[in-house]
Amino acid sequence: MSTDTTTPDATERTRALLTTAEPRRRRTDRIMTVLIWGAFVLAMVPLVSLLWTVLFNGAGRISIEFLTYSMRGIFGGDPSGGIYHAVAGTLIITGWATVISVPVGLLVAIYLVEYGRGPLARSVTFFVDVMTGIPSIVAGLFAVSLFTIFFGPGARFGLMGAVALSVLMIPVVVRSCEEMLKLVPNELREASYALGVPKWLTIVRVVLRTSVAGLTTGVLLAVARVIGETAPLLVAVGVTDSINFDAFDGRMMTLPVFIYRQYSQGLATCRDGQADCVADIALQNAWGAALTLIAIVMLLNVVGRLVNRWFAPKLR
Amino acid sequence: MTTTDSPPAVPAPAPARPRRRRSTGDTERGFSRTFRWITTGAGALILATLAAVALFLVARAFPAVTASPTELADAVPRYPDDTSFIAYVGPLVFGTLLAAVLALLLATPVAMGIALFISHYAPRRLAQVLGYLVDLLAAIPSVVYGLWGIAVLAPAAAPVWGWLNDYLGWFPLFAGEASPTARTLATVAVVLAVMILPIITAVSREVFLQTPRLHEEAALALGATRWEMVRTAVLPFGRSGVISAAMLGLGRALGETMAVLMILSPGFLYSFKVFQAAQHQTIAAYIALDFPEASGLAVNALIATGLALFVITLAVNMAARAVVARRKDFSGAN
Amino acid sequence: MVGALALSLAACGQNPGADAAADGASASAGDLSGELSGGGASSQESAMEAWRAGFQGQYPDVTVNYDPVGSGGGRENFISGAFPFAGSDAALDDDELADAEAQCGEGGVIEYPAYISPVAVAFNLEGIDSLNMTPETIAGIFKGDITTWDDAAIADDNPDADLPSTDITVVHRSDDSGTTENFQEYLSTVVPDVWTYEPEGIWPVDGQESAQGTSGVVSAAQAGEGTITYADASQIADLGTVAVGVGEEFVEYSPEAAAAVIEGSPRVEGTSEHVFAYDLARDIEGTYPIVLVSYHLACATYEDAEQAELVKGFLGYVLSEEGQKAAADSAGSAPLPTALAEEFAGAVDAITAG
Repeated sequence: MSTDTTTPDATERTRALLTTAEPRRRRTDRIMTVLIWGAFVLAMVPLVSLLWTVLFNGAGRISIEFLTYSMRGIFGGDPSGGIYHAVAGTLIITGWATVISVPVGLLVAIYLVEYGRGPLARSVTFFVDVMTGIPSIVAGLFAVSLFTIFFGPGARFGLMGAVALSVLMIPVVVRSCEEMLKLVPNELREASYALGVPKWLTIVRVVLRTSVAGLTTGVLLAVARVIGETAPLLVAVGVTDSINFDAFDGRMMTLPVFIYRQYSQGLATCRDGQADCVADIALQNAWGAALTLIAIVMLLNVVGRLVNRWFAPKLR
Repeated sequence: MTTTDSPPAVPAPAPARPRRRRSTGDTERGFSRTFRWITTGAGALILATLAAVALFLVARAFPAVTASPTELADAVPRYPDDTSFIAYVGPLVFGTLLAAVLALLLATPVAMGIALFISHYAPRRLAQVLGYLVDLLAAIPSVVYGLWGIAVLAPAAAPVWGWLNDYLGWFPLFAGEASPTARTLATVAVVLAVMILPIITAVSREVFLQTPRLHEEAALALGATRWEMVRTAVLPFGRSGVISAAMLGLGRALGETMAVLMILSPGFLYSFKVFQAAQHQTIAAYIALDFPEASGLAVNALIATGLALFVITLAVNMAARAVVARRKDFSGAN
Repeated sequence: MVGALALSLAACGQNPGADAAADGASASAGDLSGELSGGGASSQESAMEAWRAGFQGQYPDVTVNYDPVGSGGGRENFISGAFPFAGSDAALDDDELADAEAQCGEGGVIEYPAYISPVAVAFNLEGIDSLNMTPETIAGIFKGDITTWDDAAIADDNPDADLPSTDITVVHRSDDSGTTENFQEYLSTVVPDVWTYEPEGIWPVDGQESAQGTSGVVSAAQAGEGTITYADASQIADLGTVAVGVGEEFVEYSPEAAAAVIEGSPRVEGTSEHVFAYDLARDIEGTYPIVLVSYHLACATYEDAEQAELVKGFLGYVLSEEGQKAAADSAGSAPLPTALAEEFAGAVDAITAG
């Protein structure tokens, strides 16, 4: 009603609302408050259970060695080795995917909100939606097909994975950034134009700055969306147990793939009396890696929030 | 910058703005024009990428779609004898939709509840922490959801599903024979709901927070209770955002691979029995399950199912946009 | 036996433009370096880890990678030349062998069993660790004809066991797998009257529980009371196991009893010199008849000298006594009988560049 209080009809409705029996309104209000609190509590149950499971199972495995060694030469129930190679691979591949996706995605969002009219804009909007529906494994297959045209059938390297992830990430960046840009009130843009600021500068200095908090959330969500992808990376980047920092040459390990491989490996064979053999070491590695991955994302979130705090204008 | 650089300060109707600029050519000078071309180029790049993906999908799916049922039954494992391609994809489409829709039905109300809680109900300080926590949960990789689904949720859900099956078995969804391991569509739907919850929540929350203060205060000033304020000011304003958020979540639920793959005990039927094992399969999990061992025409058939998923998303998005379009007026930029 | 079961062929692939492996290192005899990336059957993954670790331990400048993409993926990539070597749970069929020879050169395919592992029939029943079952009973249970644990067919062979009346829940592999194919191959060879399905990598019975991968079926079996499944014997944890009827006696699984199967099995004839494929004999007294035999595929010649040296060195290590022992220790597999290992090593030694 607040949006159309000027029409007589709405005034009528407002009056009706206010004159209805007080207890019923207050009861509705209380019920809804309980429901909203309830939704929150309900949602916390699985989420807390999940975090607790990861923490409980993974914390025991975390150590300096686990974080700074690769799995090269480690096999069976050997409890040494670590996930350094997978952490490096995840950061590098996700980093490249972000470098590709964020500029493209943000520019597309700007185009759609600030410039987009006509058939091109309509088809971009439409096809961005379609892109959100690309199954992740298809993105991986696409990247493999694309790169094998140029590099031969055995090509597997980090950038292929980054391209596969970008196909998944760009639409998420576009969709969430578009929503955020739309929320910037037109009055701000018009005020800027009125002061003689050119349109591109208005977009960069007014629109983007006003929405920077939302944009950061959007980008972080998009990163979160792809940092845990397994299937496309398995197809496009392969696996290795050694450290590789070069995204343009050679296989890389990533945390999700590492988790999945360790889980699939199941139990190790330990003979009686064999020292240094932990039968369920692979599962422990998987949980430890899951905890690390979550911690990395948490760290990214903190950084993102600090960025927000420095750049966001104080609005409310 | 001179004043001639700026567009007219009059709040001209938006659609007219660019056209007028293009026709005069005077109002958009220097970098503004370059900037417009850069953003347009990015838009075109999206189309090119998607065209490449679509070309790849169609080209690789084509042999399977045009092959005769006999050839397909020969080459593709699990291909039912003497049936058309539609009959092969049908149950997969059904399973995918059922899982995603159930997940969305479970998640959306709860997600809106959390978003409202964080934006309008929780104490300010607590709200920040909670928002942070929810963002974090969006980042848990699907493999981990899979591990959790197997290790924690399925054992916990088995007695609950059994109970519902015993006492509410007359309801079509709850009928059939409850699986003792609970690796069924019901469990998958709950896991998917938990997975998409943070996504829907995060976007909805941002949108709710952007509700103009004036609208909210006007509602309260008129004597509205908090819920009435939310219902009349916040929800209408956030509606298109919430629908977008739900579509993002639906996209993820439709395409989710690993968690479904790890949890579901698959089958290929048109069945609503969500507690019974070996009834459903989703397209994405099916591709991941059979791709490693597929060769030749079987790969084409798998990619053709991927194409089907594509088409589903297309249809869903068209429907969603139709809904959003009816409520355009609340967007700030329009 | 039908299908591509125990026949095998090998193909070999060069790696023309694919330079994932070329780190600019040059190969010289005796001092290997560089990167070798193959892939294929995931059943070999545990053993492969041990082999890679052992080989990399000998040659610190070498990195060997193995993508566990599955047998089909392994064969396909080998034939296309993407993988210089591959692992596969089934031998190449005639068409695949022809394609592989196009890649490796006439008669240039090397294929031999490198990994043999017993497949256990495992169940989850409180308080029972072992049960005797005849092949007919096993087939009846997995087909769904025998539905409770106290069925007479089971009770007759286990007079001492206190069998509950719990329903039997069969858990099978949901993915296309060599283990499923081998298990069905066994059933249809031994009890063709009961197991009337054609053996393939996909489970033929509808409406049963299933899970992906060995670890998936094991955890599903552990999650429900009265479940039964089949899985690589090294992975079955604390599940009870079935002693399988062979002739008059019941044999518990063991690597030795599994390896004995291949010794008693005839080599498939009519293939080229370096293709060692076997028709498994499932009825030799004292052997454990349900075995998974997984092959290695390579080419006899490679264009790239470095790659030839790496493949030769690595596969040679796998077949060495040390390599076989490493796999037995870490993956619970059955070491190859020495005579066979030496025969295969002869083929691997012949790998050249050119």
